[in-house]
Amino acid sequence: MAGTAVRGRLTWQTATVGTVTDETSTVRTLLLDVPGWGGHQAGQHLDIRLTADDGYRAERSYSIASAPGEPVAITVERLDDGEVSPYLTQDVQPGDEIEVRGPIGGYFVWDGDSSDSVPLLLAAGGSGVVPLRAMLRYRARIGSSVPMRLLYSVRSLPDVIYRSELSAEPDAVQIIYTLTRQQPPGWTGYARRVDAAMMAEVAWPVAQAPLAYVCGPTNFVEAVAADLVALGYPPLRVKTERFGATGTP
Amino acid sequence: MAALEEAVLDGNAIGGMLIELFGTEMTTAVGTCGVCGTTGQVAELLVYRPGLGTVVRCRVCDNVLMVFVEVRGITCVDIRGLAHLA
Repeated sequence: MAGTAVRGRLTWQTATVGTVTDETSTVRTLLLDVPGWGGHQAGQHLDIRLTADDGYRAERSYSIASAPGEPVAITVERLDDGEVSPYLTQDVQPGDEIEVRGPIGGYFVWDGDSSDSVPLLLAAGGSGVVPLRAMLRYRARIGSSVPMRLLYSVRSLPDVIYRSELSAEPDAVQIIYTLTRQQPPGWTGYARRVDAAMMAEVAWPVAQAPLAYVCGPTNFVEAVAADLVALGYPPLRVKTERFGATGTP
Repeated sequence: MAALEEAVLDGNAIGGMLIELFGTEMTTAVGTCGVCGTTGQVAELLVYRPGLGTVVRCRVCDNVLMVFVEVRGITCVDIRGLAHLA
């Protein structure tokens, strides 16, 4: 059996970087050509492994930014003290090869099943918007009529990832920003960290049996999830994904 | 303390490693804490990755449920903190 991959087993494979798109001054989206990619669900992630010349390896997980059926894409935020993200956001070029394994995850996914057409509340802290963007794109791709509301906590408008795409969403998709550090002149939206009062205003009423997906830095996710549960959301209807320390969106 | 708290991830982050070790998607598997009996999906558990390995704790009582350490390409798995995992 040596050299034979066990069927269905996840293995590292070589992906080729395709188009690279700057989203903000520190965030990039990379298209990845992964031979034999078996498809993914909205909300899943993949792991990337970089190996230095001396053999040192670093692995990181990145949410898949594209909808099921679209080419694989990841969106990466540069962390100045990071081991992997500076390479992916500054040095990598189309045609370069990187090791990936995926798709990964069965919990933080939206399958687009129209039989469960309850409203979705998506809450993003900073680059936590990436897997939620995959859900929004999938909604459009399958022509779903599920109402979606995205609460996006971000430092300032220039830090908004996918800004033009989000502004083009149809009326059934509401995008609500809270700009936590800097607001443009005349800004009338939220301008503070997410809190219980904001969640009470933004969240779908519990009577509509909404489903919530919350992704961002750990402290953001904990705060939003606690507020939703306090509003009466059953904990099992609040799906969470934390990506640790990346500052405060 | 803030820095320590921010290093907390959840079970989503170890989905790839768990597939390699168990051969199947494990973030939706349900684990039962061996101390307090809380049940929950692996995706919801607390995950710490201090560099030497991975420590998975119960969200309710902080009991260590699973420890993974890789030594020379071999991963040592300790799941004694779990009463049940399915």
